[in-house]
Amino acid sequence: MAEKRDLNHVIKSKTVTSIPSGKYYGSLDLQSLVISHHTLANSLGLGSSATMDALRTRCSGLAPCAFEDVDLEAYIAKVDALDSYRVRADLSAYDCRNNRLAQLCLEQDGFEKAVAAARKKYGAARIGVFLGTSTSGILQTELAYRHLDPQTGALPADFHYAETQNSYSLASFVTRYLELTGPSFVVSSACSSSAKVFANAQRMMAAGVCDAAVVGGVDSLCLSTLYGFNSLGLVSRFPCRPYDADRDGISVGEGAGFVLLERATSENSSTAMYLLGVGESSDAYHMSTPHPEGLGAKMAMQRALQSAGLQAGDIDYINLHGTATKSNDASEGKAVADVFGTSVPCSSTKGWTGHLLGAAGITEAVIAMLAVEHGFIPGSVNTQRLDPTIPLDYRIENGEARVERVLSNSFGFGGSNCSLVLGRKA
Amino acid sequence: MRLYVEGIGLLGPGLDGWAASREVLAGDAPYTPAPTNLRASDMLPPAERRRAGVPIKLALAVGQEAFLQSGRATSAAATVFTSSGGDNDNVHAINGILATAPREVSPTRFHNSVHNAAAGYWCIAAGTHEPSTSLCAYDASFAAGLLESAAQATVDNALVALIAYDHCYPEPLHAVRPITAAFGLALILTSRQSDQSIAALDVDFVPGKAAETAMQDAGLEALRRGVPAARGLPLLAALAGSKPAQISIDYLDDNHLDIRVTPC
Repeated sequence: MAEKRDLNHVIKSKTVTSIPSGKYYGSLDLQSLVISHHTLANSLGLGSSATMDALRTRCSGLAPCAFEDVDLEAYIAKVDALDSYRVRADLSAYDCRNNRLAQLCLEQDGFEKAVAAARKKYGAARIGVFLGTSTSGILQTELAYRHLDPQTGALPADFHYAETQNSYSLASFVTRYLELTGPSFVVSSACSSSAKVFANAQRMMAAGVCDAAVVGGVDSLCLSTLYGFNSLGLVSRFPCRPYDADRDGISVGEGAGFVLLERATSENSSTAMYLLGVGESSDAYHMSTPHPEGLGAKMAMQRALQSAGLQAGDIDYINLHGTATKSNDASEGKAVADVFGTSVPCSSTKGWTGHLLGAAGITEAVIAMLAVEHGFIPGSVNTQRLDPTIPLDYRIENGEARVERVLSNSFGFGGSNCSLVLGRKA
Repeated sequence: MRLYVEGIGLLGPGLDGWAASREVLAGDAPYTPAPTNLRASDMLPPAERRRAGVPIKLALAVGQEAFLQSGRATSAAATVFTSSGGDNDNVHAINGILATAPREVSPTRFHNSVHNAAAGYWCIAAGTHEPSTSLCAYDASFAAGLLESAAQATVDNALVALIAYDHCYPEPLHAVRPITAAFGLALILTSRQSDQSIAALDVDFVPGKAAETAMQDAGLEALRRGVPAARGLPLLAALAGSKPAQISIDYLDDNHLDIRVTPC
């Protein structure tokens, strides 16, 4: 420890202060970016409207775990359509559960058509692709390791590393599928991945590197995640109960979501959906436990509000990260109460979708947009008795209200935090 | 996008730090390959130090060297981590564990398996609450990281540490993804010139193919081709040369980065 202190001292004592740094807000007119299209695919159904219908009817996608030969007592949110589905023939090397889910989602809500129109308008090289995933096509590798050559130990001949296991597989597949040639990469920062991609796209557009961006994320069921979270004691035996006093862990799900981000023009109507603000931060606390006081979460929310030029009172609904672990909900609850007080309606929708990990950010961003579009405040399924130690206006029942601006939280392992502000222009 | 380099970190086979490798990269001394000198970082508390795999060792070593050169506080910098893989030894081990009963993945193995594990450990060691992202673009991971760092520095006016690293997979994955060495590099980047600036970089994303800038030395060229993170070596060679230079780094199949290097 003495060594560590000495080193930090050396680094910190040489600090140069002549140049301002760490300024992440105010430099951009984020209000100029509109979300012109969105789409979702998850256990609630295919297309954004299927998710909306399930929210309204309080129909959860969680069911007892029946996935591969997984022997855990848990609930999962599975997309059954994937089992008999294949990716487009010319991209067959990319065929894996994660890319199937990506394609299935791209086929919904006229999204491909919208991207084709954007391609015509801006040119394929001027549209970026920034996507989040935590495990990409790792299931393919997990299954391949059961079929190693008994003599040589080699992987099966039909195993395609780059097109399935590698984290970039997702963005490589989507750029090819949508015929885009602009800048692309995958962000893989665990459960904040597909929220953070909004920040990447916004910066690339502000820097003039692209004129539009396909932003989103996909994560699909795999053994690494199910057994991994189980080893941490974070998987509930019941359908997850966000913010419940008796909550005892997550339910893992799979899902995909995409949006098309474009610069606003005078043609945008007053009901256009804007990316109003993004805030990112790091906990610097622990690899798999959030900061107990929600320090990083608070900074992410404050930076998001600041970048949107909004006050806490301007937010009509907060879609919480709300994983239903003891520690997440307690620390997030403190952070939200610190920033917003106790009067902003909020809820976690993970009781419907399960925890979509690298696709949680995009899925909940779209749910937040649906709240604005439909004047609808989702409640929380499975939550029975609210945790009395968390002082929030946490909604169990669905409600109707005028919703203009929403905040969506996504926090991940490694202390990676991101908050988004979405909605109508003030 | 114009940005300024204030610090450089390097660790690879026969490249034991930027200071020790500068003459080799400038072509003024011969390159002698040797196993990468991996060591646990003294930035980490003992418990985290014990749990650190190769990527964390690489990332912390190069990050630390670059920050010491720049004189900047680690707590003030946003970070961009980029890697084609994550902890490849750990991924191999987990796949082996999951293929046979009982499927007991340890908590440490699991949390080290996330692509942003190095970023998580860095933020703890560096005491930074600034934004951190962890990218992957397969062979173009370095180019993606540089482009994102340039955007953060110029658009957000941020002090950015770019940390790129990759290391070998064990078999059987090595056969399908042959990364040849453990290699890491770091750059401390800002949008404004200061007394600490070493060189200005003008980074442009350009559609279409271009001839990639290669390394003069055959051994270094093999390293550049063999490790995704080492695709940044031509940039380090240009910085080592202390002369104006123009280099090109492939991005994806049909685009690339043009980089003009101007010493300060």
